[in-house]
Amino acid sequence: MLLIKCPYCEEERPELEFRNAGEAHLVRANPIIEQSDDDFAGFLYFRQNPKGLQFERWRHIHGCGRFFNAVRDSVSDKFLTVYKAGDPRPDIDTLLSPAAAEPEPPATKRPRAKKVEV
Amino acid sequence: MVEIVQATRRHPLQAGQLDVASVSVTLADNATRISLRARDNAVSALSKALGITLPMKPKTSASNGGRAVLWLGPDEWLIIDNADSAVVADLAKAKVLNSAVDISHRNVGIIVAGKGADAVVNGGCPQDLSLKAFPVGAASRTVLGKIEIVLWRTGEDVFRVECWRSFSNYAYAFLQESARDVAI
Repeated sequence: MLLIKCPYCEEERPELEFRNAGEAHLVRANPIIEQSDDDFAGFLYFRQNPKGLQFERWRHIHGCGRFFNAVRDSVSDKFLTVYKAGDPRPDIDTLLSPAAAEPEPPATKRPRAKKVEV
Repeated sequence: MVEIVQATRRHPLQAGQLDVASVSVTLADNATRISLRARDNAVSALSKALGITLPMKPKTSASNGGRAVLWLGPDEWLIIDNADSAVVADLAKAKVLNSAVDISHRNVGIIVAGKGADAVVNGGCPQDLSLKAFPVGAASRTVLGKIEIVLWRTGEDVFRVECWRSFSNYAYAFLQESARDVAI
């Protein structure tokens, strides 16, 4: 089973306790009334869905209940890092450099990508 | 010569009759339960009113006599006390912003006790329940099969499973099946 670290519980928990909550770092325009229809549609509907690293929101719904953000590779399903909601977006290059690479548990290194229910 | 072992036939409605000696699955007594939500600045006042310091570390609990407070989230606790507890009146004495909701009748408690109790709970709960990862006193919201539970280790071989009332049939039958499977 995939283990996901929750930044609030400060430990790795089984994936069954978590739920994906879509793309992270979407900012609502303020004041939203001045936003064009196209820009608003982009905010409301259109998502990046890249093949590779992506910033995602996750919720530890069957645990502490908190939303947090994660950087996950959508191909290998490997989580590069997790951080609390509201924290700034981490720099991907720093995360990928070997010096910053944290020892990951073997469970997250499985090459077979496992689909996580949304 | 191959010895044929015939499995004992069990009636599907036999769930209430557990004949496993090693692990017992029993119903907990009625209890008073409070879902408490509060911010950091209210914690000390609430601790004083309750007579227990609210645990602030993840997966921990604190207890005093029959009253226990379980950490569920950074601003959420589950208080469990005897059925005739004055916990509601105690909490009312704290004049700080908080939300205390009586959920006594929403939850049902099930006690899983005996050697191998961790394996019984692990039959449906994916968390690491070794004593190192989940020591005595540890408490966490998690899953059991397809339902959500609050799991609290009250002894080395004793777990309290708190589930919602409408899920209690499922949880009770699930734990009994699991107890049969891990019977030592």
